[in-house]
Amino acid sequence: MSNSSLLSITNLKAGVEGRTILKGVNLEIQAGEVHAIMGPNGSGKSTLASVIAGREGYEILGGGIRFKDQDILDLEPDERAHLGLFLAFQYPVEIPGVNTTYFLKSAINENRKARGQEELDAVAFLKFIKEKARLLDLPEDFLKRSLNVGFSGGEKKRNEIFQMAALEPTVAVLDETDSGLDIDALKVVANGVNQLRSPERAQLVITHYQRLLDYIVPDVVHVLYNGQIIKSGPKELALELEAKGYDWVIEEAGQAAAVTSQS
Amino acid sequence: MTTETLPIRPEDPFLEALQSKDPSSEEAQTWLVPIRQAGIAAYSQNGLPTTAHEDWRFTSLANLREVTFDLSLAPSTLSAMELESLPDPLQGKESIRLVLVDGQLDEGLSSRSLLPQGITLMSMKEAIQSHQTSIKAHLGQYTYGNDSPFAALNSALFCDGVYLHLPAGVELEIPIHIMHVTSDSSQGRVSLARNFFHLEQRASATVLETFCGPNKGAYLTSPTLECRVEDQAKLEHIKIQDESPEAFHMACVYASIDREAHFKSHYLSLGGKLSRNHIRTHLNGEGLCCTLNGLYLAQGHQVMDQHMVVDHAKPHTESHEYFNGILDDQSRGVFHGRIHVRQIAQKTDAKQTNKNLLLSEEAIADTKPQLEIYADDVRCTHGATIGQLDEEAIWYLRSRGIPRATARRMLVHAFAGEIIDRIDHPCIRESLDQLIWDQLEKLPHFHTHTSTDPS
Ligand SMILES: Nc1ncnc2c1ncn2[C@@H]1O[C@H](COP(=O)(O)OP(=O)(O)O)[C@@H](O)[C@H]1O
Ligand SMILES: [Mg+2]
Repeated sequence: MSNSSLLSITNLKAGVEGRTILKGVNLEIQAGEVHAIMGPNGSGKSTLASVIAGREGYEILGGGIRFKDQDILDLEPDERAHLGLFLAFQYPVEIPGVNTTYFLKSAINENRKARGQEELDAVAFLKFIKEKARLLDLPEDFLKRSLNVGFSGGEKKRNEIFQMAALEPTVAVLDETDSGLDIDALKVVANGVNQLRSPERAQLVITHYQRLLDYIVPDVVHVLYNGQIIKSGPKELALELEAKGYDWVIEEAGQAAAVTSQS
Repeated sequence: MTTETLPIRPEDPFLEALQSKDPSSEEAQTWLVPIRQAGIAAYSQNGLPTTAHEDWRFTSLANLREVTFDLSLAPSTLSAMELESLPDPLQGKESIRLVLVDGQLDEGLSSRSLLPQGITLMSMKEAIQSHQTSIKAHLGQYTYGNDSPFAALNSALFCDGVYLHLPAGVELEIPIHIMHVTSDSSQGRVSLARNFFHLEQRASATVLETFCGPNKGAYLTSPTLECRVEDQAKLEHIKIQDESPEAFHMACVYASIDREAHFKSHYLSLGGKLSRNHIRTHLNGEGLCCTLNGLYLAQGHQVMDQHMVVDHAKPHTESHEYFNGILDDQSRGVFHGRIHVRQIAQKTDAKQTNKNLLLSEEAIADTKPQLEIYADDVRCTHGATIGQLDEEAIWYLRSRGIPRATARRMLVHAFAGEIIDRIDHPCIRESLDQLIWDQLEKLPHFHTHTSTDPS
């Protein structure tokens, strides 16, 4: 593993209630890179994202995940966040009664505390998040509202990117953040991600549509199918998948597997 | 008064004492005699109910029946220092404060210096004599014929309480705080404050009632409040029950609300072994709005019961009931809410929700929202939930770096905050928000869940 590897997943197998969903995933993301994961519904994309972020309820059946050269499988989700990991949810959760500003302040300060940084005071914090909010073109009052409550689908997705912008993670995993967005919202989301790009950071973008990748140009595109990455390639792979669908990749992988098992 | 139909109930703690009363010779105010007699009669009809009674199915009075109450105990006194040591949500803020010790007004501890001219705020005992004509037409008129045995007990025996009157058009900004204190731990003390708040047309006021007691001893607090809110008047009432762990708190609140008036009544239940708010509102004029809003926080073996009927008696009336319960340990929360829409009450707009959050596996919530509708053009909704903290929400918060314990606290606080946020008076809302934070911190499973918690 090279020194600049940020996220390193080796032969990861995971499942739920005795059912194996991830069947040996290998993924290596270097600092400065953007990786895209595509694949048909039910392939295990969200499961992979959840397992990386540390969601409870998944059984790890084998393999490992290293983040910044540290084994993170035994860490709590909040501890992973403190290390600089972020997951933009496919379905952001509505939390009535928890004010967005208050939530974000708690989140930012918990992260700062864990990293040995001083907590932000109220004034500095407000200035900081107002700047970030402008970037995401969110409705004026959303900071005062309950977290995601009454937000449209698009607003919820933008709120995810807003939180990402505010938390400035080293590795961000975006789970279908583009689904259900019109082209303007898509550009806003892409802009949010691109602002974050830097030689020290990396992003893993899960998507169904190659159009997002017109705005967030990936270094590598992977196809996840039936719990395994069956093909990886340059950004042009996304165009090819868009034009021809997944069947040919699946077929190719099937033949390769057949050859392997024969030898 | 006839008593021959009485069933024998030797264990009833009050029946014998009540039946030995003879109001016609003992009551100095002749106009009060029928009120006393009606109370005795109503109580005698059923005595204290058992769980066989539909309205008491989930709330057993067995514990209360075991206590030997002493109705003859004279009210005790409280020193200014003892008073200062009691929690006061309005401490340091402007308020008009009345202190009732064992159900009787203590003038020395009260402070009415900020009370504007024209508003009457005085001891009920005094008002019965000096303001007879104003009170006579109302007292006892709003209790649906003493429809609770505790209202009946109160009517039969009350000595004192608070009388508040605002003439037409008078708006009082400064909150009135009525502190009900049980003085000492004398076993079996009974406090029966009788309160009447009368707001004439367009008047407005905010009244905070707090109830607390000593740290030990079984006592009973059974206040009865009657409110008359006339056309376009506005009353915000906040009641905080924080009795001692062995105490019984059986409160009755009756409100009769007129045209375009606003009645907003909040119930915060924190203490006591067994407590109940018996609430009846009579919606008696078009264009009015009635809101009942409550939060109960129970732990240990506490039982907290909220029992209300909202009676829509005129067309175009609006009512909301929101009650949230947070139940820990082996506590029990009971909610019974009935929206009653009379045939004449077309265009009724009524909404009722009861949500219960169980912080332990052994806590119990019983909820019974009911609609009883005799009009055909109405909008009524009701709903009830019983559940634990939303694991999806906890996961979401944790993924942002918020530790599990903090995430739990945020969610519990949010659940309580839904109720607190409905309090209009900013000063009271802020102090109650703080009070709730402090109370939540004391719940055994505020930070972690009983058994299934993995972290
Ligand atoms: N918590 C769960 N319980 C049971 N099955 C699950 C759970 N999460 C995912 N699955 C199953 O695992 C498979 C992969 O799901 P998912 O990771 O959501 O795929 P994708 O995001 O690629 O559409 C699906 O068949 C799904 O039904
Ligand atoms: Mg998915």
